[in-house]
Amino acid sequence: MTLLIALTLFVLAVFLGLELITKVPAMLHTPLMSGSNAVSGITLIGALVSAGSDHTMLTTTLGFVAVMLATINVVGGFLVTNRMLTMFAGRKKRRP
Amino acid sequence: MTTPDIISIGYLIAAVLFILGLKGLGRPRTAPRGNLMGASGMLLAVLVTMLDQAIISYLALAVALVIGSVVGALLAVKVKMTSMPELVALFNGFGGGASVLVAVASFIEAIELGRADNQLAIAAAATALIGAVTFTGSVIAFFKLQESLEWSGFTGLPLARAMVMVVALLLVVMVALQPDTRAWLWALVAAGLILGVISTVAIGGADMPVVIALLNAFSGVAASTTGFVLDNPLLIIAGSLVGASGLILTQIMCKAMNRSIFEVIFSETPAAATGGRDDSDVYGDRVTSTSAEEVAMLLEVADRVVIVPGYGLAVAQAQHAVRDLMTSLEASGKEVMFGIHPVAGRMPGHMNVLLAEAEIGYEHLLDMDQINPTFSETDVTIVIGANDVVNPAARNDPSSPIAGMPILDVDESRTVVVIKRSLSPGFAGIANPLFAADNALMLFGDGKQAVIDIAAALVTV
Repeated sequence: MTLLIALTLFVLAVFLGLELITKVPAMLHTPLMSGSNAVSGITLIGALVSAGSDHTMLTTTLGFVAVMLATINVVGGFLVTNRMLTMFAGRKKRRP
Repeated sequence: MTTPDIISIGYLIAAVLFILGLKGLGRPRTAPRGNLMGASGMLLAVLVTMLDQAIISYLALAVALVIGSVVGALLAVKVKMTSMPELVALFNGFGGGASVLVAVASFIEAIELGRADNQLAIAAAATALIGAVTFTGSVIAFFKLQESLEWSGFTGLPLARAMVMVVALLLVVMVALQPDTRAWLWALVAAGLILGVISTVAIGGADMPVVIALLNAFSGVAASTTGFVLDNPLLIIAGSLVGASGLILTQIMCKAMNRSIFEVIFSETPAAATGGRDDSDVYGDRVTSTSAEEVAMLLEVADRVVIVPGYGLAVAQAQHAVRDLMTSLEASGKEVMFGIHPVAGRMPGHMNVLLAEAEIGYEHLLDMDQINPTFSETDVTIVIGANDVVNPAARNDPSSPIAGMPILDVDESRTVVVIKRSLSPGFAGIANPLFAADNALMLFGDGKQAVIDIAAALVTV
């Protein structure tokens, strides 16, 4: 991937993100934040390659710690978002 | 189809799932599905990454994945809804920290393989700086939200911050110019860690929603720049999406406080700016204090009641007591609504999460724009633990530090009951003329106890 293509992806994705999330009701501010936060744990896939490639002890160790941190971010983020959203949905059923 | 092709296609599908997921998270009906799509995209991305031929040892990966999953799941399931801001900050910090480690590890590898060029160096430097600031900034935010950190900086903090910032930028240049020297990158990481601490430590409570939203954006940008280091399009796309959504939330929060992002980060708190002002000219002897019984009598004859919650509601853990009060008011045929200011609480949407936990239906929760036109038809408004967001000085007094900040016009309702421990000022450090208004009554005491007392008195009226 050339730098130019990478920059193109970056700029287009930023614009796409700005268009996707314009009007968010206040009740979804927290779930949106924690859900998108979990998505930013995508750095996990980079960590997996570093940790698994056995290049040097140092890079493997850094990768190992990165996998742990990113996994906490990803698993915890999606689960806690789901917990909040279930809470929102549960109320709706009880109070139709 | 070769393995790299399969990985690329897997990443493409994951990117689409992230886009659909974030889109879904923006609407109440589609939010649960959106979250599920994001999680599926992540699972797919992890699975296809396992096919990468660079990965030769799976044992360490499995161990790290299991530890991370268990810790993450435990935190997510155990956390109390009142501690949600802390947890979001912590997860955010972990993501930023992981990005730094990945960027540093790949950069070192590139140096050793003789592949470190300026382009790679710039991307690694950007990740090291942004990720490190995200990491320590979030950790400090975590401790501040837990209220276990007393430290709020030192004199000369703005100067120190400016100096570290200059040093960090110089280090970015050095990393870019001499990509083969590891020491520059390590020094940059250290500068980033320090910068994260001294940029967040002075930021006060009410500015927290802005800070959390901004750190959220940063963690996305750090993931994105990591994508430049690894030459990985999925990281670039996913990171930018998160960066953009974080930016939008930050903007919403800033607008709701009428402060720019620069004011939040670089200026002193408004309280420090105004200094200790004598409040006696505002309050005089015009403050009327009331009792739970009197409030109950007012509620008895009211048709429409609005409750305005603030951070004090979270501190007092009064959400369940408020729900009970609402239920008994509704049982006697009264309309009960909640008016929620966008920056009430310590993170975006904080009050909504708290009230949802107490099973208060979201059709009862109205945004500022929805509730404000209805105050003039409201008989009783009860303000619980909110101060600056209901301060009419923002509307009436152009010289006020919060002039121009959008507020909830509670003073337009027939009677306003303010439940508060004392007349002490809120985060902005200024007196609130509402407390001395003719139609305002002060009910001094703990938020939860006061609400319980009102509900009890309501039964006996």
